Amino acid sequence: MSDATNASSALLDVRDVSKAFGAVEVLRSVSLQVKRGEVVTVIGPSGSGKTTLLRCVNFLESYDSGSIRIDGREVGYREAGTRQRRSERDLAAMRAETGMVFQSFNLFPHLTAAGNIMLGLTKVRGKSQSEARKAAEHWLGRVGLAHKADSLPAELSGGQQQRVGIARAVAMEPKILLLDEITSALDPELVGEVLAVVRSLAEDGMTMLMVTHEMAFARDASSRIVFMADGGVSAVGPPKEILAAETSNERLRTFLARFRASHF
Amino acid sequence: MGYALNFNLIWRHFDKLWGGLLLSLELAVISIAVGIVIGLVLAVWYVSAGRVVRATIAAYVEFIRNVPLILLVYLVFYGLPTVVDLAYSAPTSFVLTLSVYSGAYLVEVFRSGLEAVPRGQLDAGKAIGLTPWQRLLHVRLPTMLRITLPALSNTFISLFKDTSIASVISVPELTYGAQWINFNTFRIVEVYLVTTAMYLVTGYALLFALRLVERRFRAAR
Amino acid sequence: MLSQILYALPFLAQGFAVTLWVSLLVVVLSLIVGVLLGVGLVYGPAPLRWVVRIFSDTIRGIPILVLMFFVYYGLPATGLHLPSFWAAVLALTLFKTAQVVEYVRGAVASIPKGQSEAAMAIGLTFSQRLTSVIFPQAFRRFLPPWINGVTDAVKGSALVSLLGITDLMQAINQVIGRTYEAMPLYILGALIYFAVNYALSLASRRLERRFAFIRE
Repeated sequence: MSDATNASSALLDVRDVSKAFGAVEVLRSVSLQVKRGEVVTVIGPSGSGKTTLLRCVNFLESYDSGSIRIDGREVGYREAGTRQRRSERDLAAMRAETGMVFQSFNLFPHLTAAGNIMLGLTKVRGKSQSEARKAAEHWLGRVGLAHKADSLPAELSGGQQQRVGIARAVAMEPKILLLDEITSALDPELVGEVLAVVRSLAEDGMTMLMVTHEMAFARDASSRIVFMADGGVSAVGPPKEILAAETSNERLRTFLARFRASHF
Repeated sequence: MGYALNFNLIWRHFDKLWGGLLLSLELAVISIAVGIVIGLVLAVWYVSAGRVVRATIAAYVEFIRNVPLILLVYLVFYGLPTVVDLAYSAPTSFVLTLSVYSGAYLVEVFRSGLEAVPRGQLDAGKAIGLTPWQRLLHVRLPTMLRITLPALSNTFISLFKDTSIASVISVPELTYGAQWINFNTFRIVEVYLVTTAMYLVTGYALLFALRLVERRFRAAR
Repeated sequence: MLSQILYALPFLAQGFAVTLWVSLLVVVLSLIVGVLLGVGLVYGPAPLRWVVRIFSDTIRGIPILVLMFFVYYGLPATGLHLPSFWAAVLALTLFKTAQVVEYVRGAVASIPKGQSEAAMAIGLTFSQRLTSVIFPQAFRRFLPPWINGVTDAVKGSALVSLLGITDLMQAINQVIGRTYEAMPLYILGALIYFAVNYALSLASRRLERRFAFIRE
């Protein structure tokens, strides 16, 4: 494959990606690399483009210019230079390589917990019902919900629903997992159980790109933290460096100060 | 196609259509007015009454809703005068039918509207010492009317379309006018094109106007 | 009086069969066409969406009676000659189709965007998303209004009597023409329509419960 030859060593390689909604520039020439096994956290004030960036990585959102590659393959468009979208079939196949967990869970309400996980395994991965069921049970066990396999989403708590959401995403064995503010819609007492699952996945070497407001979690679990402001990457570095109160980046300092003021 | 459109004869007899349209509107307006009274009274009675009254009102609503309007129109115009000593004109008979018909639909609308009034409002009414009657008049009904306004508009527009059924007992409304021209001039396509346009324009104009009223109503509160 | 009505019963039963046949045709045909057009209205290309939108808004704005006369008297002018039975079925089907289109649109629109996105994210193609995620959920939203509309189709079928088709309504009028027993026959007719429609609405409530699932 020609586009694999000049790939960088990063699993996810975002280069100069820009996007505007009408006159509003939500992403300004964003570049960002995630290596295999890395956990990269994106933080920043609301409206800074974090979620949009994440949604561009699996092409839930198109972008105007720049390039996003996963494992050397261009996402969404046929070649970096052109704006020619990939075929529907291609896009679906590429999206299957990235797992996504949503803020609002988005479980399929008409399917059981196991059914939610099995859908992609049977329709996309071509597994048989029994193989898929076995895999679903395995992953439900991993998130501590083996006993809820046959429950409908409506019968689960928010934290349980989100754990099924995570299981649904990782069961596809994606190359990279995208986590979009996955604890923001949860009651505070349910946040811990979900983060524990994410932490154990990280320990198993799952590559992750996540947007979160849980600073303590970001500090403990991330290899690197990306600070975004006004649609651009304002600072990148190891957690200690980025979350240090004495950072020289003024925007970051303001963000952290505001954040501390409101959360402590 | 070999059919040349010619509207001249339609314009010559346009008074049949125009007069018909006005009569259609008149029938719809009177019917909804009476229907609102029936609906309100029965809905208020229903929510406060015992089992027998409730069952009776429910029977009326279910019966009317499950029988074709055209049959009700025949029943009232041709059937009823054979058993009771009543004489009425076709338009009166139709208005009577359509009122009872819309009443049945509006009972449902108002009943669910009454039940949608938040408990807290009634409790607040109680707290400031309003009598049950005052709570109904000053708290429950105004709130309910605001909730049900869109459904009322829709009912009115569908009643306006239902007035076309009056043509089966020769009430000279719009559809009857169209049939008259149809049979007397044979400009069939033309007359139905014009009639259809008149129903559409009037219907959508009403819808637009009623939506404006609804918005005004909401804004005023 | 009673003997006259008993004597008329077989004739009324024939009319009733026609009523059921017309209703069934209208319900089935409008379901097929309406679902196709409804899906076209939601997912189709812009020109198709416009055509369906205009079709639906126009048809729903015309009284069914006028639509029926238009089709029956107007079609021959275009060179198409339909027997009155099929002209009536066509008109009623057009009207019902426009309603089905709206039910479909409403049902699909009620599914949150996140459902599509979650389905995309696990790599389902467009058609897989529709068949595995959107339609099963939309179906449950579509069912209640559609079933309510079935009784409308039965009631609406009484209008075919105006084109001289001997359905239940027309049979009743004909028996009255012979016996002059207007009131008993209209009441009998009303009870028959009521029985059918009430049974349908009871059945529909059961069906709704069966397909209900608890929403998040």
